[in-house]
Amino acid sequence: MKTYLPPKFIVDRNPSRCIQCQVCVNQCSFDVHYYDADDDEVRSHEENCVGCHRCVIFCPTQALTIERNPLDYRENYNWRPEIIEDILRQAETGGVIITGMGDDKRQRIYWDHLVLNASQVTNPSIDPLREPMELRTYLGSKPERVEIEPDSLELKTYLAPQVELDVPVMFAAMSYGAVSLNVHESLARAATESGTLWNTGEGGLHPKLYKYGHNTIVQVASGRFGVHPQYLDVARVIEIKIGQGAKPGIGGHLPGEKVSAEVSLTRMIPQGTDALSPAPHHDIYSIEDLAQLIYALKEATNYQKPVAVKIAAVHNSAAIASGMVRAGADIIVLDGLRGSTGAAPKIIRDNVGIPIELALASVDERLRQEGIRNRASLIVSGGIRNSGDVVKAIALGADAIYIATAALIALGCTVCQQCHTGKCAWGICTQDPKLAKRVNPDIGSRRLTNLLRGWSLEIKDMLGGMGINALESLRGNRLHLRGVGLTDTELEILGVKMAGS
Amino acid sequence: MRGIIHLNNPYGDDKAIESCSIFGMMDTTGRRFGGRDVIRAIANMHDRSNGLGGGFAVYGIYPQYASYYAFHLMYLTVEARWDVEEYLKQNFNLIWAEEVPTQKTSGIVDPPLVWRYFLEVGNLRSEGQSEDDYVANRVMEIDTKLEGAFVFSSGKDMGVFKGVGYPEDIAHFFCLDSYEGYLWTAHGRFPTNTPGWWGGAHPFNILDWTVIHNGEISSYGINRRYLEQFGYQCTFETDSEVVAYAVDLLMRRHELPIEIVARIMAPPFWDQIERMSRAEQDLCRTLRQVYGSLLLNGPFTVIIAHQGEMIGLTDRIRLRPLTVGVKNSMLYLSSEESSIRLVCPDLDKAWIPMGGEPIVGRLKISEECPGVVMPQEVEVS
Amino acid sequence: MAANRRQDSQFKVDATGLHYRRLNQLLRQAVADGAERIELQNVYGQRYIGTDLDREVEIEIQGTPGNDLGSFMNGPRITVYGNAQDGCGNTMNDGQIIIHGHAGDILGFSARGGKIFVRGDVGYRAGIHMKEYQDKKPVLVIGGTAQDFLGEYMAGGMLILLGLNLREGEYHRASFIGTGMHGGVIYLRGSVDQFQLGREVGVAEIDEVDCSNLDRLVGEFASYFSYNAAEILKGRFIKLLPLWLRPYGNLYVY
Repeated sequence: MKTYLPPKFIVDRNPSRCIQCQVCVNQCSFDVHYYDADDDEVRSHEENCVGCHRCVIFCPTQALTIERNPLDYRENYNWRPEIIEDILRQAETGGVIITGMGDDKRQRIYWDHLVLNASQVTNPSIDPLREPMELRTYLGSKPERVEIEPDSLELKTYLAPQVELDVPVMFAAMSYGAVSLNVHESLARAATESGTLWNTGEGGLHPKLYKYGHNTIVQVASGRFGVHPQYLDVARVIEIKIGQGAKPGIGGHLPGEKVSAEVSLTRMIPQGTDALSPAPHHDIYSIEDLAQLIYALKEATNYQKPVAVKIAAVHNSAAIASGMVRAGADIIVLDGLRGSTGAAPKIIRDNVGIPIELALASVDERLRQEGIRNRASLIVSGGIRNSGDVVKAIALGADAIYIATAALIALGCTVCQQCHTGKCAWGICTQDPKLAKRVNPDIGSRRLTNLLRGWSLEIKDMLGGMGINALESLRGNRLHLRGVGLTDTELEILGVKMAGS
Repeated sequence: MRGIIHLNNPYGDDKAIESCSIFGMMDTTGRRFGGRDVIRAIANMHDRSNGLGGGFAVYGIYPQYASYYAFHLMYLTVEARWDVEEYLKQNFNLIWAEEVPTQKTSGIVDPPLVWRYFLEVGNLRSEGQSEDDYVANRVMEIDTKLEGAFVFSSGKDMGVFKGVGYPEDIAHFFCLDSYEGYLWTAHGRFPTNTPGWWGGAHPFNILDWTVIHNGEISSYGINRRYLEQFGYQCTFETDSEVVAYAVDLLMRRHELPIEIVARIMAPPFWDQIERMSRAEQDLCRTLRQVYGSLLLNGPFTVIIAHQGEMIGLTDRIRLRPLTVGVKNSMLYLSSEESSIRLVCPDLDKAWIPMGGEPIVGRLKISEECPGVVMPQEVEVS
Repeated sequence: MAANRRQDSQFKVDATGLHYRRLNQLLRQAVADGAERIELQNVYGQRYIGTDLDREVEIEIQGTPGNDLGSFMNGPRITVYGNAQDGCGNTMNDGQIIIHGHAGDILGFSARGGKIFVRGDVGYRAGIHMKEYQDKKPVLVIGGTAQDFLGEYMAGGMLILLGLNLREGEYHRASFIGTGMHGGVIYLRGSVDQFQLGREVGVAEIDEVDCSNLDRLVGEFASYFSYNAAEILKGRFIKLLPLWLRPYGNLYVY
């Protein structure tokens, strides 16, 4: 069938600069550039271009420009080009449209409507470069009170396992299989160096990375890939994945062609078979079943590790989270509407779930109203872009933040949304060994460490400005936030006042 | 009184922002003394306040009624007094009631009616409820439900006197030189966002706990949200209110000693904790993990007092001042040393404690003869 | 009330009950009237003493002067027979302040000239952001020990901490010494652990120039408080220097 889909991008090759070196040909994993030996000229199949800009960055003479194909359809706000093209694609294939990364639609980004406070006169800002500024965070369940032996002042209360973070930013779940092993190694090493945690995702942990176990969260998802005693033993935290912000209520499907020998070893399934993650955990059809799995994992690890439960932020998150805490979760993870994925139905990604800011605000408030906020830590993820978002999330009530897209961008990702193709030209979301080696873990871990260092310094600057020198004094301190351009209902849910009031 | 927030924080700011002078003196033998020195000392720091609030707390003030809860109430109208007195009769055994003596004072404008009541908790409290809890709940009820009345002192054998004016004027108004106590604290207020109302002055009181405070706590938002989980209603929206409730929660309800409470409110840094012995590390780390939301961040000095104890504490990077003086059995705490020297020029010792290091003055009762207070050296932690 | 002139150029003021504005007015007047030596008695907390006096004059204080003693001062020599409070020598330009007791917080804050000598201990952030320019070099000599953030942001001048009241084997208690320091020098007598020092300072042994600085300034210190300078100088001194003039040069990206 002749495709009616137009090219998304135009490749503009400046002939006066191009030296026919063919770097672009070699770099492009989508077969856009090709060398015409007869004419001694490099040419393009523009229809293949995904706009990942790998060729632009690597072209030694800066001969390439990638532009959006202007596609001047008649203007129509309802029938936008993307909608027309999705219909064309489905008419030509009869399939479900799959995409990668997070929701790219214009839902309100509440972070951009929240502003932070700073000290002026009545209390001093604190200078983070010269005075102590503490970002340390402990994840894990805390009791309501501490008991002390009155005479000796000895501690009588012992806490459930606590995990220390030097910076409240962790790397969110991305499975080996979705991303390459080099990406896993980069994340693991950066987390170790930065005093934070990374998350294996649901595809197991390659034995090569066991040595980073102290900084590793291992995921137990509906497919239970690679879940075995050693996997649980090396981990610092175990995370039960119920849902994911990009595809709440949807399972996963790693196609057999991505199940290479190494992926097979890690997921513990035969090479070349499809890896299917069921939509639900088939041992969890209700909240009491969640408790059963949480305690199974605690028993399996002798109560040495906090158990986290991750859900997609949905309408009743507050009530669900309350149930999760009562079911014994030490850590609650909320993944919002803008959370990313390696592959998800686009219609789900862009239409199911709620913004993380609102979910966070309502969950934190509900747990406080019920007096159980101490009993679990709260982690949020889904579209956190910079240290400003981090600080705002903490002020709304988060204990820590997961980043994934931002981490991948640090490794080179340009958010071209082709993760599901396995052809990532940046070597991130692929199992093609030729592509995967484009991420060098030595460099990758340094890029990630740099990012966390930069964010830490900025977080300290913002805290100091608010006259705060320990992160716990900002956590849930919504008086340091104000809203701009929000309705009364939005302000009420966020628990913040309007700027100027 | 209904709508306290609107009185104390009329513009609906995050809280009432204020700065201050603070002073405390305690005879650790329990010897009672008059208010002259305290009044002179706080007046000497006149320039640290702006006339929008002054107050005093005196312990050991009502020996003849020592076993009864002493309520001090402010009334905006006579009708309010009738309502409250009716309420008190229904909920307590009323032992004695009188108007608090006052005198005309220039600089004191529009004072409310001020009465005091000595009350006994009858058999109205529910099974298992302590007298203190019962009384604290009644105070909250009067302050939030009844019109035009406000309880500003509710402990036994102690009293708070406060209002709008410079502290020396408030002292004159309440004839404070005619009272005696073994422990006095005093406060001069410099609020920035409230025109000042009588209830908003310091000390802030619940039961026999009083707090006077200097500084602005930048962790207020989370301190308050944390306390709300335990049923505290922050009707004043001031820093001293959250400090008082935090002290009540930690010391009275969670039964933690002041040494521990100091490490919650002004904890050591993580780096310092790492250099401690193993046991101390565990203790300090656990306190920060569990009570991180009660860390008081930003500049503060507080003087916390209750029966038999006076505590001075500054924030952990000492952004607000505190000087300590000792003369024989007398312990002095002050924003400025000059005020101590004014009333006691020949101190045995004067020093400036490290940030976050509590200074505790404590009475001890002799074991052979309960009730008699023995001379005891000031305990310096 | 006016200042009493005792004999030529000698004045005496009883500060009892005087507000600082009145007291400082009397001082200005006395200096205008040619005072060489002024004695203040019964000082209890009056602020800003010595501020706005811009020539050499001897001021002796009995009592406890208030905050901002000698702030912005330019020339007088103030001697306090007692303790000083916070902000002493704030942004001072020239002159001397000699304190026979202890001093409070931010002693010598942003001083750009003159000398301050304290016999006892000092509070938080002593010498914070002292700075030097051309021939102006502030000096701060502390006989006792200091609290945290000694010499924070220090940009110039000399800060000497003698630790004379430390017991055998006792360390200075201050942490964050010289944090953010990017100029000047701190001489430290008595022991400190590495963790007590700010990240921006390095430790060095003292050399001949340092010895001559110490001889001169410890000598001056000893002469005010009747110490034996030679005894003090027998102690071991170390020198703290900023590691970089621009400690944050690689912090920012563009």
